[in-house]
Amino acid sequence: MRTSAGTLRTVLAPVLLGVVALALWQLLVVAFDIKPFIVPGPLAIGTEFGDNIASVVAGALVTGGNALVGLVIGGVVGILFAVLAALARVVDELTAGIVAALAVVPIVALAPVLYTMFGAGAETARQLVAALAVFIPVYINTLRGLRQVRPVHRDLMHVYAASAWQTTRTVTVPGALPFIFTGLRIASSLAVISALIAEYFGGPVGGLGKSITSAASSSNYNLAWAYVLGAIIVGLVFYCVTLAIETFATRHYKPRT
Amino acid sequence: MSEASATAAVQVTAAVQVTGVDKVFTAKRKPSVTALDSIDLTVAPGEFVSLIGPSGCGKSTLLRLIADLDTPSAGTLTVFGKTARQARIDQEYGIAFQQSGLLPWRTVAANIELPLELHGVNAAGRRKRSAELLALVGLGDFAESYPDQLSGGMQQRVAIARALAESPRLLLMDEPFGALDEMTRERMQTELVRITGETGAAVVFVTHSIPEAVFLSNRVVVMSPRPGRIRDILGITLPGTADRDEHLREDEAFFENVSRVRELLHGEAPVGIKGVENR
Repeated sequence: MRTSAGTLRTVLAPVLLGVVALALWQLLVVAFDIKPFIVPGPLAIGTEFGDNIASVVAGALVTGGNALVGLVIGGVVGILFAVLAALARVVDELTAGIVAALAVVPIVALAPVLYTMFGAGAETARQLVAALAVFIPVYINTLRGLRQVRPVHRDLMHVYAASAWQTTRTVTVPGALPFIFTGLRIASSLAVISALIAEYFGGPVGGLGKSITSAASSSNYNLAWAYVLGAIIVGLVFYCVTLAIETFATRHYKPRT
Repeated sequence: MSEASATAAVQVTAAVQVTGVDKVFTAKRKPSVTALDSIDLTVAPGEFVSLIGPSGCGKSTLLRLIADLDTPSAGTLTVFGKTARQARIDQEYGIAFQQSGLLPWRTVAANIELPLELHGVNAAGRRKRSAELLALVGLGDFAESYPDQLSGGMQQRVAIARALAESPRLLLMDEPFGALDEMTRERMQTELVRITGETGAAVVFVTHSIPEAVFLSNRVVVMSPRPGRIRDILGITLPGTADRDEHLREDEAFFENVSRVRELLHGEAPVGIKGVENR
């Protein structure tokens, strides 16, 4: 059990470091008279963020919404394919090449093609880009987790004359949960990044990515940075929520029994 | 004693009948290993038989063959007159391993109910049975706990309860107390004597420990390694299973049996001081 003093230190130390870093940043900007187009000070960004909070939140909802749809679709498809691949080696062998190919393709590069496929007025292309980016880490991690069934559990299911589907449902998939969540945790950040970057290549306005580019191109650097701050917050929220769900879902997994 | 129970077992249907069983493990580019060589063994219904021997004597392999987790290379093996495979499919036996093998994401009750759930017993029936079994192994207050909240001994008791879930007439146990500390181990042995007395199941029990084998068994099967063979089968002459309790560990007859098993295990000459190494 960690003491309250220990908790205070683990929380306080990074916060303190952050404050010091921000103060130093502000000091440097003021002392050397650095122009906003190079980098604005944190105070200026903070002020701009506060003034435009409604527009940042609206943008965050659009980009975050796309990322969430992508995370859910990519996650579900990734887990389902991994279960299939673990059940039937044929599926694994057939898909291995495609997965390897997908893993090396910079998926956001598909965005312009997808915009022409689904029309520039729809968010579909962005959601698909996010889903594709999510699919790879979820699929790979889940498949690895499904292959980690402990011998004692495998023996037990054999003894119970359990069917392949019963074994998958009661032992293999729950046992792979820590691996599935590792994949989802990596994927959650990727989903936000992909949805954001996909906006740079076209599609409807309103998201954070589009707002960053339009603010920067109209020389409104402080505002551009305020949107960047918004994007960072969205990424953090995705990561932390996934982490929280993971911690809760796998709370009984250690020590092994 | 062993002769008598063997002949009695043939007339009734034996719990386990092993005749001329060999097991050879073959691997690519490696010499094949004879794990078991012409094994004959009969376990009568309700009888407690321990398999004891040094590492590599094939005692766990023999248990795995009975459980149909592996198939013999030669010979025949029946469980209650059925093939090992059919007996497994019909759930004729319950099994416990050295690792408890509980599913960490399930509660204690849900772990015990796992075999019942897989075989289509309804929720109410499962609840009732797991409550009975938890009471039997003395864990009535822990139904909704998770395995990580239990000690090693408690986890092993849950595993035994799970093995008993479908009221099998045969219990297969592969060093179930091997990972426990000495005090827990002795308590678990006493519990097991009580439980098998109450359920009337036959037990095949694999162990490294001589006192454990003597304390629990009607007969002790002493095995020797490379190739795995049965060196001798020793009837244990002690008060009936129901009367076995902590006092027995201090009994003269107990030490005599321990010495006999030890002498068999170490060949003709007894090694060390008799009756002192009490593990």
